Amino acid sequence: MAETLFEKVWNQHVVNETDDGSVLLYIDRQLVHEVTSPQAFEGLRIAGRKPWRTSASVATPDHNVPTTGLEHGITDPVARTQVEALDSNCEEFGITEFKMDDIRQGIVHVVGPEQGLVLPGMTVVCGDSHTSTHGALAAIAVGIGTSEVEHVLATQTLIQQKPKVMRINVEGDLPAGITGKDVALFIIGKIGTAGGTGYAIEFAGSAIRALSMEGRMSLCNMTIEAGARCGMVAVDDVTIDYVKGRPYAPVGEAWNQAEAAWRTLQSDDDAVFDKEVHLNAADIVPQVTWGTSPEMVVSIVDNTPNLADARDEVQREGWTRAFEYMGLKENTPMQEISVDKVFIGSCTNARIEDFRAAAAIAKGHKVADNIKLAMVVPGSGLVKAQAESEGLDKIFTDAGFEWRAPGCSMCLAMNADRLDAGERCASTSNRNFEGRQGAGGRTHLVSPAMAAAAAIKGHFVDVRNWKENA
Amino acid sequence: MQAFTTLEGLVVPMDRANVDTDAIIPKQFLKSIKRTGYGPFLFDEWRYEDVGQPEMDCTNRPIRKDFVLNQPRYQGAQIMLARENFGCGSSREHAPWAIVDYGVSCVIAPSFADIFYNNCFKNGILPVVLSDAEMDVLFVETESNEGYKLNVDLAAQTVTTPNGQVFGFEVDEFRKHCLINGLDDIGLTLQQADKIRTYEEKRQQEAPWLFV
Repeated sequence: MAETLFEKVWNQHVVNETDDGSVLLYIDRQLVHEVTSPQAFEGLRIAGRKPWRTSASVATPDHNVPTTGLEHGITDPVARTQVEALDSNCEEFGITEFKMDDIRQGIVHVVGPEQGLVLPGMTVVCGDSHTSTHGALAAIAVGIGTSEVEHVLATQTLIQQKPKVMRINVEGDLPAGITGKDVALFIIGKIGTAGGTGYAIEFAGSAIRALSMEGRMSLCNMTIEAGARCGMVAVDDVTIDYVKGRPYAPVGEAWNQAEAAWRTLQSDDDAVFDKEVHLNAADIVPQVTWGTSPEMVVSIVDNTPNLADARDEVQREGWTRAFEYMGLKENTPMQEISVDKVFIGSCTNARIEDFRAAAAIAKGHKVADNIKLAMVVPGSGLVKAQAESEGLDKIFTDAGFEWRAPGCSMCLAMNADRLDAGERCASTSNRNFEGRQGAGGRTHLVSPAMAAAAAIKGHFVDVRNWKENA
Repeated sequence: MQAFTTLEGLVVPMDRANVDTDAIIPKQFLKSIKRTGYGPFLFDEWRYEDVGQPEMDCTNRPIRKDFVLNQPRYQGAQIMLARENFGCGSSREHAPWAIVDYGVSCVIAPSFADIFYNNCFKNGILPVVLSDAEMDVLFVETESNEGYKLNVDLAAQTVTTPNGQVFGFEVDEFRKHCLINGLDDIGLTLQQADKIRTYEEKRQQEAPWLFV
């Protein structure tokens, strides 16, 4: 029987299925960080349980780590306690951890693929909603809560109900300057933040196949912003080339065997999806969010919406509230909106290609006078080292950006990197929720190139015209 | 885990769509390594004039009087009405921990975000999905009747209003079973340890690279 990509991976991981439809699903890999794991380890201790298979879990601190002044360690005592708890829990339970002083440390969703800890066809979990990132490698990757982190540690399984499967086809050539981030925001703008609820999404079509692995990661990363359980892209040469040679990837005969298995990870031609969405790559223009939900997004050439165009009263109230919070009015040209801070980083956009794209814009320019802070935060120690070997850090610092140490940073502002009330930020992160980047802060989500351009010009501009603008 | 069977409780209306988990419990409270103590910080940015910090005493903080949780008529609420896509965003289980610690153990909405919905069941909270039309009825009745209470019966899968309207809801059998009995699902899964081991042995043959 014809299967979708999702069904193939799912079926390979079913340990048991009961009559009521709940499935005990085997989990190949668990990524662990300091914020959502302490209570899970505590639960194991209280119940006298051990991890089922310690080699399946790998940890790194990311949410709380400072991105500057690392020689002083973590100065916030509460944050330090949490990172120390991760260290001691990993030690006690025998789990591999890339600690703060390890060059492999970084944002868990950057580190996992970078190390080859996530492989095609795996089931992957992490106590973090952006675990969806790893679906770029044709893995079923789902974010879970702390109780489920404990469940996976103790049993190596998760109790799941099988979701429906949606395929989003993006056909055609992506115009120059359009990235995986723009594709992600465009899709969310079309289907809404609850458009994927109850579904696993497969991203397909020629535009998706043309994306690099890092572009696919940015796209799958934001699947959760569309409400879906997970997002996936089928295996192709891009996938195989990316995985080969990674530290935890198989080698020799094991590689050959694995590659043969991975090559089958595509939806069958006659596979049936519960829902299909068709989009045209040529329609995608650089995206900018204007409001407080990722679905409140428009093209850079557009204006903020008119309240009269809301589909119903609930949406109109949401828009009204968002305008008020964001300090914006309806029908405002996006290119007239100036920003105070710029953040290039996060599990969505802190990989080497993101920094190359941003540096290409920043090169030879200076950050505009109205920008209080423009910061670039690599996703891992290895991304940082790679960028430095290419001289990207120099381009950024010459232009007036700050070049920081790896971590989640101002995506969610658990460390010292944050917006003050009323400050407006061009951010390459994934959530523009109220208060996300700091209480009262105003976030506009964009691609790395768009963020760099906003830093140089002091307001949003269309990167497709960058040469003319420069 | 606290069992959930039936609940007759005061209702508070949270009348906005896409309430995210950053709003339910802001990031600074995620630094705690405990499961309890989050109730005073539930909806912190909407509830207080100042910015809350972990472990601070909230009794004398300036409150936003117009925020629904601060209105005297809703004090002691155990059931929350919400709009579409409630609990979207971050997977933080601190969100249901804050809700249950505040005293709410049932949230009724037209839809929930997937991870939040799942997290509720692990913490003795029943998330109930009703239609938009049914939600409209409940919002109107709650707002126009001070002291409005609902009766929620998990076994019967019903929500009953004071004037006797009964709204049925769907819930997955396994989750219902665990919630009614307050069961720890890790213990239940470990009863299937042999099946997990058998799966691993078979899988190790097929895909040995997964087990290094």
